[in-house]
Amino acid sequence: MAGLLDKRREGRDDVEIPTASMADIAFLLLIFFLVTTTINVDTGIGMTLPPKLDQEQQPPPVKERNLFKILVNSQGDVLIEGELASLDAIRDRVKEQVLNYGSNPDLSENPSKSVISIKTDAETPYRIYVKALDEVMMGFREIYDSVARSGNAPSGDQVLQQTYSSYQEYRTGLEPEEEDQIREAIPRNISIAEPDLGDQQ
Amino acid sequence: MSTHFQKRSSDTEPGFTTASLPDIVFMLLIFFMVSTVLRETDLKVQTSLPSAEALTKIDQKRLISAVYIGPIKQGEKQGQTAVQIDDALIENTSAIRNIMYGKLQEQPKLIVSLKVDRESQMKIVNEVQQELREAGTLRINYSSTREGPR
Repeated sequence: MAGLLDKRREGRDDVEIPTASMADIAFLLLIFFLVTTTINVDTGIGMTLPPKLDQEQQPPPVKERNLFKILVNSQGDVLIEGELASLDAIRDRVKEQVLNYGSNPDLSENPSKSVISIKTDAETPYRIYVKALDEVMMGFREIYDSVARSGNAPSGDQVLQQTYSSYQEYRTGLEPEEEDQIREAIPRNISIAEPDLGDQQ
Repeated sequence: MSTHFQKRSSDTEPGFTTASLPDIVFMLLIFFMVSTVLRETDLKVQTSLPSAEALTKIDQKRLISAVYIGPIKQGEKQGQTAVQIDDALIENTSAIRNIMYGKLQEQPKLIVSLKVDRESQMKIVNEVQQELREAGTLRINYSSTREGPR
């Protein structure tokens, strides 16, 4: 009897869950998640909309020389300050406007007063609007890059204590609560005007 | 000579141990399970994004709320431009302000990602933007892809 029990116990000790296929199962799951995973970061052009104004409150007045008007119609034709131009011209004209420092009486008095206004038709395709906005943003980015590289604003004022290879590098080095000195010196004032109501005019 | 060889082969264990293989694979598996974000909304509108150069990345995914604008993919209204938030098409644009206001209460640092079709007209984009101003969700992002080689 005892011998029989012993035999049984021995037999039971040998029983184990086979783990040889465990790796295969895990690999199958792994491949499923590998295939379904999308590690894509959302990219885009960041903007801050102006806060809602009260009914009586008028938008703050902007001097004509500080306002830089860009009009884009539905065909992709561009008017810069009333003159016919192209989308590619926006970038350099924006830089001219922002970094004028009062030298040209038609352009801005100083960067912090300068406002870029983009106005579109109701029928303007979104991609043309984004293209125009992108050109304005790139104009500012080129200004910021040159400030980050030299440490000084184009007027000669010192903005940064040290120099960086690009604006991007300066931004990534900033603490979250730290203020962006470059943006402080040359603010990116972009106004998005409401579109013309096309046929109703 | 042959006996010498035989002795050697009996000394060393052939093959490498695969006992830790499941553990390694499970580690990888858990990493991908955690990092996977399964698409939770099915798009009812077509959005092929425009391309741009001056791009910024949004690293914090949980701050983002997407608004889709584009032509409707299927159904009797196919081809008409519509606005979609989460899973539903928005019939009346004035509903956006309530939806977005609610979202802003949950996440004060909300960033609205506007995923607008390239060919959509500015009229509807501006309508949506006015609604966002009403709701107070002022941080927006014009979602666009990196510009390819020209």
